[in-house]
Amino acid sequence: MKIAFTTKGSTWDSKMDPRFGRTEYILIYDDEKDKFSVFDNRENSNEAYGAGPLTAQKLFELNPDVLITGNGPGGNAATVLGKSDMKIYIGASDLCVKEAFEAYQKGELEEF
Amino acid sequence: MTEIVLISGKGGTGKTSIAAAFSYLAGQDIVLADCDVDAADLHLLMQPDFNIAQNFYSGHIAEVNADICNQCGRCVEVCRFGAITVMNGQYGVEHLNCEGCGYCSRICPTNAIMMKNQNVGKWFISNTRLGSSMVHACLGIGAENSGKLVAQVKKEAKRIAGELHRDFVLVDGSPGIGCPVISSLSGSDFVVLITEPTVSGLHDLKRVFEMVKKFHIRAACIINKFDLNLKITSEIEDFLKQENIIHLVNIAFDDSFTKAMIKGQTVVEFSQRNFQQILTESWEKIKKITKTGGKKE
Amino acid sequence: MDSCRLALISATIKGINMKIAIASGKGGTGKTTISTNLASYFAEIRKVVLTDLDVEEPNSVLFFKCEHVRDEDKFKMIPKWEGECSLCGLCQEVCNFHAVLQLGRQIMIFPELCHSCYACSELCPDSALPMTPQKIGILRHFQNNRLSIVESRLDIGQEQVTPLIAQTKKYIDDYFPKDFIKIYDSPPGTSCPVIEAIKDADYVILVTEPTPFGLHDLKIAVETVRYLNKKFGVVINRNGVGNADVTKFCHNKNIPILAKIPNDRQIAELYSRGKLIYTKIPEVKQQLVCIENHLHGFLDRDEL
Repeated sequence: MKIAFTTKGSTWDSKMDPRFGRTEYILIYDDEKDKFSVFDNRENSNEAYGAGPLTAQKLFELNPDVLITGNGPGGNAATVLGKSDMKIYIGASDLCVKEAFEAYQKGELEEF
Repeated sequence: MTEIVLISGKGGTGKTSIAAAFSYLAGQDIVLADCDVDAADLHLLMQPDFNIAQNFYSGHIAEVNADICNQCGRCVEVCRFGAITVMNGQYGVEHLNCEGCGYCSRICPTNAIMMKNQNVGKWFISNTRLGSSMVHACLGIGAENSGKLVAQVKKEAKRIAGELHRDFVLVDGSPGIGCPVISSLSGSDFVVLITEPTVSGLHDLKRVFEMVKKFHIRAACIINKFDLNLKITSEIEDFLKQENIIHLVNIAFDDSFTKAMIKGQTVVEFSQRNFQQILTESWEKIKKITKTGGKKE
Repeated sequence: MDSCRLALISATIKGINMKIAIASGKGGTGKTTISTNLASYFAEIRKVVLTDLDVEEPNSVLFFKCEHVRDEDKFKMIPKWEGECSLCGLCQEVCNFHAVLQLGRQIMIFPELCHSCYACSELCPDSALPMTPQKIGILRHFQNNRLSIVESRLDIGQEQVTPLIAQTKKYIDDYFPKDFIKIYDSPPGTSCPVIEAIKDADYVILVTEPTPFGLHDLKIAVETVRYLNKKFGVVINRNGVGNADVTKFCHNKNIPILAKIPNDRQIAELYSRGKLIYTKIPEVKQQLVCIENHLHGFLDRDEL
């Protein structure tokens, strides 16, 4: 299963980015292969307009099964994400990636 | 770390003066963010040192290279904003009209039009005279206030609060209900609405609160100059009850607001007697509410 | 009726188009107070249309008892995806605002991000993105004797202000002939929407207050009107509440001070109740006369 996180860095210890559209990185964790891949989202996050939908489009392409984030996507981004089947969990704002994953596994995060 | 935003809908209600006063009372607990980037005034009370200054780029502006231009006029045909000027046969771009869509650049047959990054303003990281950190900005004339500069100011303020282990980011928000306000509210934990008992004040308060509702953030209200019109103050109080907005305090009309401004002081410094107690109580109340989980669902 | 008022009337009868914008760097200085009172005063003897261009928070109408003339929904043009699309993705490529995205076999459009440049629509090889109107707000037209009042209200959640301001100005140009004095209450600040509101004005009145915030924002506003090459003057509201720095600044820069409205609790209370002020306070009416005289003088210089 592929799990995506909105993050401020590229490791297990990085802090989660509470924002969706302007998140700095998207971390994808493949739990079957126990492997990470990172997408640098800073170009999208720097756009004056449309950061939300652009980031959502990227997620659409990366096609994870689950997305874990902080505050949740805004209206436009949510519309784009709705076109895919990924499940979205919010409430991980102040955690680091490792803690966010554990919270998800324990069912402590809210489904969007 | 909790983010508190002050907004008002209408200008002139005392939002910036109250933000400065809270900042004085909170001392080193906060990082201050002035997000009223179109008409930033908070620095007049905080005397920031403009320690770090950065240019801010947002959007694009078209630029015609006259040497390559063959005066075919295709750009004029496609521009919906009247931004292409022709003077003595020379083609140019009127900055104030150019939206940065890039259509002209795309269809120019000789590639004579380039899109350049637009420098729309500056942002700063400062130390205030109170020893706290402040992030602020100013937008250039005629710039589009997309909310991106507001987002930048908040982002930096949060980063600094994290690094310095400050408990709060206090945001002096933008007026109105458009993009910059949306950006001011996005990601916040608590909103303080500053209003005045005038027909316009109540009207604008209701409009801006409709915006706040979309964010599902808990809100509180301060009614400034309440004794100017007790009838409308009462109407505002009814509105607050109806919408479940916490009523923080009513402040009487006081020319200390202006006198303090002239001396470059916050109202608490200028008139301890009138303001120390009521504003301290309000700030303590805000801290208490946000500790017990600010966001409502 | 004094000679100045007669001159003003004769100027407008000659068909000299008079567009006066009321602006300020800072919000809350009294733009709406000045625009509503000035419009009402002029309308005592002449046809006036007051347009409230502060489309995010329009509140001029609140000061008048008036009859509703009509409402008009206002729109901006956005692309709509329909027809035979080859999914070439050119639309996404040409949109600089990321308002058009290709997602798999679908094209998605984000209306709030669209700036109506028409690039995607006109460059689409399949003509699959016709431009269609989307509602952004509502224009409301009222009347009180010789005074017409038009305001526009942006729908909550709409992000762009400027298109609605532009369309409101067009309504005024279409519906009101040259013999109307046209007063525009513009939004506060100096960014895009304000430029749109004041760029066609013949004269700009900058309203400020004699405080450090007022002076600071006035300086930015002055830069703005100078950049646009506009004739302008300053009205100092709540005079006496602060200090003389604004007056000194205007004198140093040769900026005419048209009027000084006194700082008066009674004025604040009348305003709070949504009442006009000049009818109750003679000193204020006198200041409006000063503004009128100055505008008459300005018109005189510009007549051939």
